[in-house]
Amino acid sequence: MRTPFRWLRRNLVVIAGLLTLAYLLLPNVVVTVFSFNKPKGRFNYSWQEFSTEAWQDPCGVADMCGSLSLSLRIAFWATLGATVLGTMIAFALVRYRFRARGAVNALIFLPMAMPEVVMAASLLTLFLNMGAQLGFWTVLIAHIMFCLSFVVTAVKARVMSMDPRLEQAAQDLYAGPVQTFLRVTLPIAAPGIAAGALLAFALSFDDFIITNFNAGSTVTFPMFVWGSAQRGTPVQINVIGTAMFLVAVVLVLAGMLVGRRRNRKST
Amino acid sequence: MTDTSGDVRLTGISKRYGSFTAVHPLDLTVPQGSFYALLGASGCGKTTTLRMIAGLEEPSTGTVCLGEQDVTALPPYKRPVNTVFQSYALFPHLDIFENVAFGLRRRGIKSVKKQVGEMLDLVQLGEQARKKPHQLSGGQQQRVAVARALINHPKVLLLDEPLGALDLKLRRQMQLELKRIQTEVGITFVHVTHDQEEAMTMADTVAVMNGGRVEQQGAPAELYENPRTTFVANFLGTSNFIAAEVHSVSGDDVVLTAGDGKLVLPRNRCAAATGPGGKVLAGVRPEKISLAHADDAGTVPDGRNRLTGRIAAASFLGVSTQYVIDSPVCAAFEVYAQNVERDPRLTPGAEVVLHWNPAHTFGLDAGQDVEAGIEKVEEDA
Repeated sequence: MRTPFRWLRRNLVVIAGLLTLAYLLLPNVVVTVFSFNKPKGRFNYSWQEFSTEAWQDPCGVADMCGSLSLSLRIAFWATLGATVLGTMIAFALVRYRFRARGAVNALIFLPMAMPEVVMAASLLTLFLNMGAQLGFWTVLIAHIMFCLSFVVTAVKARVMSMDPRLEQAAQDLYAGPVQTFLRVTLPIAAPGIAAGALLAFALSFDDFIITNFNAGSTVTFPMFVWGSAQRGTPVQINVIGTAMFLVAVVLVLAGMLVGRRRNRKST
Repeated sequence: MTDTSGDVRLTGISKRYGSFTAVHPLDLTVPQGSFYALLGASGCGKTTTLRMIAGLEEPSTGTVCLGEQDVTALPPYKRPVNTVFQSYALFPHLDIFENVAFGLRRRGIKSVKKQVGEMLDLVQLGEQARKKPHQLSGGQQQRVAVARALINHPKVLLLDEPLGALDLKLRRQMQLELKRIQTEVGITFVHVTHDQEEAMTMADTVAVMNGGRVEQQGAPAELYENPRTTFVANFLGTSNFIAAEVHSVSGDDVVLTAGDGKLVLPRNRCAAATGPGGKVLAGVRPEKISLAHADDAGTVPDGRNRLTGRIAAASFLGVSTQYVIDSPVCAAFEVYAQNVERDPRLTPGAEVVLHWNPAHTFGLDAGQDVEAGIEKVEEDA
């Protein structure tokens, strides 16, 4: 009786870890499995038979790949915009003392705390009152806006831990302001900026609520998935989902490998 | 003709932050090739002064000259000076080689390999070139910081508490190492420190700063033997002070009355006015004093300054014994006696005669705080 109990106690952390991992990954596994399904009706909700049809023709569903490429384009520009602006805001907030700094510091978190529906509705009101044409640009503006706070948070944490003496040392060693920024500031802040950019990309790519309010007749990928879920779910949605998941896994693994090799080289 | 291109001349330089004055207008000349220490407690303005020489801080008034060149308006990256920062400020994302090569590369020098290799050998880090700063020990990081600055052959090397983060033994070792490097390369070193022993071992000239002003500067021995203020007397080592009054001046000596006794001090060692009746603080270093048991009072030679008192405490330190003596003219008189021939009667409670050569007495103006410059334990971080 005692032995299995002791074994359990010793391995509890591992078991808990594996269960958590399973909990996190199970939805992805289901998506992947059902991307090889060949559904009978229009809904891909029950397993029928194995098929690679959807993988051979990922863009076989009307308008889906168009919405996917639109989402990727919006995510790219939103990431770029939010990362550049957010990095500058983060540096300003940490490094400089200016009027209303406290207010900016507090307000920058508002988009994260505010319910998305509220923000979506008020943005729509704003755009309508301005007479703006809903579409790519309104969606992009909205995305940059809500990604900004996440980038600022990520970069700020990094900049706060940076020793300003490093930049002074660079200046002392004949690096002008531009050189100092490119050779010292940017490389040291890079992990924070990269984290912010990744967050921004993920948030922008899968945003539905704000996008749905402000997109007009433009259809992004999340909107397409939502729309098709009413009429039937093509297997290709699972194919895209699985592909996105694999790309993310490969990126993470590559990052880990590069980091490990760099560490090994320097030891 | 002596080379003056490495002189540092500060003229009327000061720094104010709002209403707070970190450095009061001060003039300072550091001659080419010398090892100059700015010594003072934290917040005395020594680091601010250093940073104004580096160009990292803009002076509120005054000018900074290097040799004949006025560099006051130049940004740090255009000044021929380099700094060894407190806690080193090594670039964490670059390896040791690239850290050391940084200054050369920024000045557009392409082939840096030979120079960097030589410099790393000079600081005995040739093997570590491809490591990152965080993989080195504190002492090694410190040497990288020195190498990174020296490789540029600056006219002046500025050192901001460079040894503060090292443990005592390593610090002693690095003091000698830095002194050796300075002698070898012949560059002017300006060294900021709060450690009086460090300043005295390494520097040719020490400037003692207090409250944004230079209290006194000179060779270490000169400062120690002839302090001009109580701050310097207390900050560099320990001093005993006796409140006294001028009795008369005879020849080169000033005769003082303290309590019911008389003390003599050389006139040229008196920083206070010597008119009759003038108040003077008579100072004497603890190691200059001899102790005799009161029973042996008759054996004290004539012509020595003498006081009587009772031993309040004695602590045996191996090499020496430190006594604290209660005397009518000074509450806690400190005496350090070498343990050559110890008199077993010199225990707490014993009545003693303190005596010393009058030439070791210095006189200071009585209008200052006797306790100025005594380091408080809680401040000694």
